[in-house]
Amino acid sequence: MKIPPEKIKEIYVLMKRCRLFEERSIAELRKGMPGFLHSAIGQEAIPCAIAPFLQKEDYLLTTHRGHCDIIARGARFDRIMAELYAKESGYCRGLSGSMHIAALDLNILGAVGIVGSGIPVASGVALASKMKNERRVTVCYCGDGASCTGYFHEGLGFAAAFNLPVLFVLQNNQYEESTHWTYWGGRMKNLAERSRGYGVRGVSVDGNDAVAVAEVAVDLVKEVREGSGPVLLEGITYRIHGHHMGDPGTTYRDKAEIEEWRIQRDPVARLYARLLKESLITEEENRRMEEEISRELAEAVKFALASSEISPEEALRDTVYSGWPVALNKV
Amino acid sequence: MRELTYREAVREALREEMKRDETVFQLGEDIAKFGGAYKVTLGLSDEFGTDRMLNTPLAEAGIAGAAIGAAIAGLRPVAEIMYIDFSTLASDLIINFAAKYRFMTGGKIKLPLVIRTQGGGGVSAGPQHSQSLEAWYAHIPGLIVVMPSTPYDAKGLLKSSIRDDNPVLFIEHKGLYAYKGPVPEEDYLIPLGKAEIKREGKDLTVVAISRSVHMALEAAEVLKKEGIEVEVIDPMTIKPMDEETILRSVEKTGRLMIVHEACKTAGIGAEIAAFVAEKGIDFLDAPIRRVAALDVPIPFGLRLESLVLPQLKDIISCAREMVPLG
Repeated sequence: MKIPPEKIKEIYVLMKRCRLFEERSIAELRKGMPGFLHSAIGQEAIPCAIAPFLQKEDYLLTTHRGHCDIIARGARFDRIMAELYAKESGYCRGLSGSMHIAALDLNILGAVGIVGSGIPVASGVALASKMKNERRVTVCYCGDGASCTGYFHEGLGFAAAFNLPVLFVLQNNQYEESTHWTYWGGRMKNLAERSRGYGVRGVSVDGNDAVAVAEVAVDLVKEVREGSGPVLLEGITYRIHGHHMGDPGTTYRDKAEIEEWRIQRDPVARLYARLLKESLITEEENRRMEEEISRELAEAVKFALASSEISPEEALRDTVYSGWPVALNKV
Repeated sequence: MRELTYREAVREALREEMKRDETVFQLGEDIAKFGGAYKVTLGLSDEFGTDRMLNTPLAEAGIAGAAIGAAIAGLRPVAEIMYIDFSTLASDLIINFAAKYRFMTGGKIKLPLVIRTQGGGGVSAGPQHSQSLEAWYAHIPGLIVVMPSTPYDAKGLLKSSIRDDNPVLFIEHKGLYAYKGPVPEEDYLIPLGKAEIKREGKDLTVVAISRSVHMALEAAEVLKKEGIEVEVIDPMTIKPMDEETILRSVEKTGRLMIVHEACKTAGIGAEIAAFVAEKGIDFLDAPIRRVAALDVPIPFGLRLESLVLPQLKDIISCAREMVPLG
């Protein structure tokens, strides 16, 4: 379906929010923020072009590289930043960190650190929706690497068997850690082909063309909500940084390749150029928007730094089990 | 009192909880019309329909994932994993997802989920269908592990497990399904985390797990004739374990033997021995002893299998060594 201009602009704003958040979180990491950071810079178009077509009650499961996925769904900068800084004001009270953030008030059910394991869980969430006769869509993000796991097979198999309302979105950023997907998947044209094995519809799009993603996503979300059963949407994209910020990402990729994706094929710049061309935005407006987002990010960092860490007593009280105390005797 | 088999008692618990709470549903391989590999769920799909008695593809990780997802989304799934040996295929989701999800969300979510499975040997099922893997799961914070030994316990503990808001691994014993025992008709629950003294005695405490409880009780009968009074304790919940009941018993008897079908090394007996040594070494008049499976795969042939698994005579001779005559 054709996407109205105001939606395209909405997608652009979301992408900008994601990009600037990711840049700021990298800067914070360098200033001493704890943990691993898996940057999704370069992959913003996919989640931002899907989120505007979801309803508030729809579920989301994502991955260790999931900041953009949850920002696109409305997760707040300050509460993510606080979580990244292991503060109690974070979405998970500082107990999850970057890799496991869930924002339950937004039906963001969490990111998984074991690649692929969210896929069968997403099918279970959708199973519950179906059993309760809700018209909820579950969106499950995964990567190219996850499509190699048994989880992908079992999760799609379940969704197919029970005709579950799940939109599986494979963000093919081309590298599972350091290995290009064609190393193991070279017999396929793309990874959406994998869906055929389950009799599930698979669609592959240019994941760096936000409008192309949106044109497909708007229809797929509608179909899934109306009971079509699961669908696999692949967006082919590129991870500009290394696997995590400790990996320069240059030992297994040519500099020229990275530069091509970073500059010519950058999804944010591409959409901006289109908006300019179609007179949907002005340079001035763009600059003001950037400033506003940056201000919000500065506030978020301030909020995170000013927040306190959860006390050890509170962190371990009723968090391991619901209603069962745990022994706190190390010696 | 009316008698039921262990299998019927488990089924009755499932039926009662499904009737009581419409968010309870079951999923697993061949659990609907076929009734499951051990026929525990036979008849329930006629009563509740195949929407609440869901046959799944042969995919243990798929089953665990579906159960976890459904629990997150507000249902109370009871999943059947046909053999605990197959739980390895689901163990990542059990260990890395189910057990940690509440913690990773800062304690904001409940995960009311039961995974029913069965383990144990003694039926010539061979190395991949006879294991006792409870200690693996007991090692993981966030999981509850339950192992009932009688029909009465199976029913009351399963009902409590289904009503608990945490992931519970409920491990039945394949060799007990036909075992009969009294089960009252009225509704009852057995609290998780509490051990039961199955027989009182003053000379020796035997902590036995699952089917070994029956062997320990039989041994106690034999030893009584020799003047040895054995106290038999069934922890029932393996994790969290009721340390207090065991320690009070050892304080009384001064001697502790642990019996289980799992291999001896790093079996749950090691943990029981460790906490008794840490907290009650002064109670002990003799070294703690473990009667457990040899550290080898469980063999197929019955003669060899009985050499590997703990037997009645092993408990009796161990008790004779531990308790001085006269």
